[in-house]
Amino acid sequence: MTNTGPDLECRDLIKDFDTFRAVDHVSFDVPQGSFFSILGPSGCGKTTLLRMIAGFQTPSAGDLLIKGHSMIGVPPNKRPVSMVFQHLALFPTMNIGDNVGFGLRQRGISKSEIKTRVEKVLDRVGLPNVAERRVDQLSGGQKQRVAIARCMVLEPDVLLLDEPLGALDLKLREHMKVELKALQSAFNTTFVYITHDQSEALVMSDNIAVMNHGRFEQIGTPHDVYHAPDTAFVAGFVGDANKISARVVATDERTLTLKADGGSDIRVAVGRDQLPTGQKVQVFLRPEAIELLPNGADTDGASNVSPGIVENVLFNGANSMVTVKGADGVSWKAALPQTGDFASLQKGDAVRTRWQPTQARCYPVAEG
Amino acid sequence: MKYSLLASFVAVSALAAPTLQADTLRLLTWGGYAPEDVIAKFEAETGHTVEVTTSNNEEMIAKLRATNGGGFDLAQPSQDRITSAQEEFGIYKPIDMSRVNADLFIPSMLSATAGNTTFDGEVYGLPHVWGTSGLVVNTAEAGDVTDYTDLCDDAVAGKVSYRLKRPTLIGFAYSMGLDPFAAYGDTEAYQGILDQVEAKLTECKPNVKTYWGGGDEIKNLLRSGEVVASMAWDTGGWQLNADNPDITFVAPEAGALGWIDTFVLPARGRADDAAYDWINFVMQPEIAAMITNTAGNFTAAVDGDAGVNEDLKARYQGSFDQEAIDNIKWYPPVPAGLEALEGATLDRINAAN
Amino acid sequence: MVSDTSRLGLYLLLAPILLWLTVLIILPHVGLFFVSISEKIGPREYETGFANYAAFFTEPLYWRTFARTAIMSVLATALTLILGFPIAYYIAKLTRGRTKTTLFLMCMIPFWVSELVRTFGWMILLRETGVFSNVLQYLGLVSGPVEMLYNDAAIMVGLVYTSILFMVVPLVTTLDSLDDSLIEAGYDLGGTSTSIMREIVIPHAMPGIVSGCIVVFMLSLGNYLTPILLGGKDSLWFTGMIYTQFITRFNWELGSAFGFLLLALSSLVVFLGLKLSGQSLSETMGRS
Repeated sequence: MTNTGPDLECRDLIKDFDTFRAVDHVSFDVPQGSFFSILGPSGCGKTTLLRMIAGFQTPSAGDLLIKGHSMIGVPPNKRPVSMVFQHLALFPTMNIGDNVGFGLRQRGISKSEIKTRVEKVLDRVGLPNVAERRVDQLSGGQKQRVAIARCMVLEPDVLLLDEPLGALDLKLREHMKVELKALQSAFNTTFVYITHDQSEALVMSDNIAVMNHGRFEQIGTPHDVYHAPDTAFVAGFVGDANKISARVVATDERTLTLKADGGSDIRVAVGRDQLPTGQKVQVFLRPEAIELLPNGADTDGASNVSPGIVENVLFNGANSMVTVKGADGVSWKAALPQTGDFASLQKGDAVRTRWQPTQARCYPVAEG
Repeated sequence: MKYSLLASFVAVSALAAPTLQADTLRLLTWGGYAPEDVIAKFEAETGHTVEVTTSNNEEMIAKLRATNGGGFDLAQPSQDRITSAQEEFGIYKPIDMSRVNADLFIPSMLSATAGNTTFDGEVYGLPHVWGTSGLVVNTAEAGDVTDYTDLCDDAVAGKVSYRLKRPTLIGFAYSMGLDPFAAYGDTEAYQGILDQVEAKLTECKPNVKTYWGGGDEIKNLLRSGEVVASMAWDTGGWQLNADNPDITFVAPEAGALGWIDTFVLPARGRADDAAYDWINFVMQPEIAAMITNTAGNFTAAVDGDAGVNEDLKARYQGSFDQEAIDNIKWYPPVPAGLEALEGATLDRINAAN
Repeated sequence: MVSDTSRLGLYLLLAPILLWLTVLIILPHVGLFFVSISEKIGPREYETGFANYAAFFTEPLYWRTFARTAIMSVLATALTLILGFPIAYYIAKLTRGRTKTTLFLMCMIPFWVSELVRTFGWMILLRETGVFSNVLQYLGLVSGPVEMLYNDAAIMVGLVYTSILFMVVPLVTTLDSLDDSLIEAGYDLGGTSTSIMREIVIPHAMPGIVSGCIVVFMLSLGNYLTPILLGGKDSLWFTGMIYTQFITRFNWELGSAFGFLLLALSSLVVFLGLKLSGQSLSETMGRS
């Protein structure tokens, strides 16, 4: 425990299959005790990456270290990592106690010792007295916790989780997100979690890596990834966003003036990239960044105010939305605050929208 | 009375009308006894059709027993297996001698078979094909084997074969100077003979490569040289002789065992007309010769050997001189129940280590 | 409540199978049973009694052959399992697509010819002047011809060869249904190949193993040709004995008794096998 380095470290990992490269120069490290998510669409290479960490696949190049020791050439049963499989992979021919005790039995630990440790870990995941039950007698959420207990009883340095919530229904999934995070902090073990569901990643993670086409697009805290996406892919993949194609028409130190393809003028704060005049760009704007104004409200001198007609009201509790069609015929999605101000908003009503230039992100687009 | 007579006449003619023209003869016989060309000729001449099932003595009886004598119209078991089967199971019906052309049969054989197949005063069998079993020897390698017991000599250890069936018991008994046929009627005496033979065959067991089961099996063993002397049928020896002049049939000193395969009518046969037609047809000399040429054995037909090919005759004469022919031990009818005694003996030999 | 018409429909649907069961299975067995309890006291004279069954227990040859047949069948079943399992595992888990189909087909090819032909094939290979003997001599491994036929080992070879497909098929089916992630989970949790085989793969494949074993055991026990053709001078087989009683000895009564004893024996062994492996017949037959 004196080692203060990261629990898991990947250096320039590459995995080539016959016809394509599944993982392309991936480097990252995960500090001890943190919850690290790898978020990406299916086929992005995240499962391959996870299986390389677990040892089921060998990297074509690069190095992989756990607690500072290279894992290249170490078979999966000798690695200090455990994995919670997508469909949990509980052994149906064993009862819960034997499932959880499996790893301990492989280590040749005495029967009585196994029994106490299994009971302890089941207690910690909140499932006391289930050791004698069969796997199919448990609910989905209980199985989830057994699968985690089965790994945690071995006290692994890193716990890998392969979209384990995918098979659960929505309500249980929401519940398990919170519970997983709580278990992680209780065990204080490093979790590496892969998912294609951005809300799982955002809720649970200390850090998120967004992966696409075998590469990491961005590594950062949920807040960074959401609010300061590095690339257009991240901006589009994480969270909801209005996408506007535009071209830079003027630029000064703080603000870019853009002409949207629809014809309206947009003002956006200057980001990291220097964008010359005439550059084609894509603008991403979160729905909650758009403010709805009642007709007649004062908007003196503010940027990015435009009139529109309510096209649709999408009521969804706290996540309610409204689509507004602007004068140039382009539709915008805006959050509909449930404060009561807009309770009577209806399709066809005239409204105005406003947003701050700092709220939008702007990325260059290669001319096609 | 008149009516019933008329009714039965109508019934008989109704039944007979189609059968006179075309009938199916279901023949249960041995391989080679009903060659294709003979069947074709018979069908052309009489209009009957023939369905042949090939089998052996024991299966013939078992098949007929299973159906109480039905399913076939003519069968050909050996003459020694007729009266006991009739006594036990009643699966045959008597021969109507008025419908058989007796002139076609060699008179001595016809009367001998009639005598052997008489049960309750009725004759059940007509002789057809006869032959012997004895020794088939590779004379180049085992020229010293001239009798059944010679198979137990050290000189041929591991290179001999015989069947674990009743002919082996009988052959060995004769070779040991006993007379099993004379003891057929005396169960105790017969059991005594069996016990001696059992001891001999058990002692001989290490000499035997394997107990053969089928004709093809023993021919393969002899042809390949894996076996140099065996008990077998005469025809098998003659067939092998055609390929390898060293191998031939030898009539053992104690006497070859002679058998006669017969014609019998199953009790519930439906086509008696066709059956009698077939009997009278195949006993014609030229047809009998055709059968001898395929089956390899001679028939009870008068002048039936005239048309037989010369090679076969030569081989026959090579194996049998007059003395050997006179010494043939013809199987008498097996009394009912004898097989049980023999079976127990054979079982014990089989199990002995 | 089932209405009368639908019940009638059910009976009509069941009629063919009931007819089949009654006419082809139950009636012959009832007939056989009555034959087996008739004692012969003279030509065409019979008495009811259990003398035939008594004969079985008093004549050592009979029950020894019986025991020998059972033991060799169990042995053949075990050998088939040991040989068949790796084959099935390879087909089910380590191949996919066309290779899998091809391998599966290769297992089945020998079954396109009759058992007699297959057995003759083995005779050609094993006999003194056969292929193996000649190859060994050619390679200089032996100085003279070797006889590999006519002994119990040859029977074993024949039995295993004849029945291996019936072991491989149910095993492939059950192993196919084993999720690969269970095996990976086993490795991930520190398991070795042996412990994963013992704790995960074999328990999962148990229904397939048991149903394969039942079928192979039954086939071996009831085999007639292989022991007769490949076996040696004292290679007695119980089915051969039944055949002898029926056909050569004309003793249907004893043969029927033997038949019933064989039925009882095979049922007993299957029952014991199920008990020992903790499987139930319905589960075994249902899953594979």
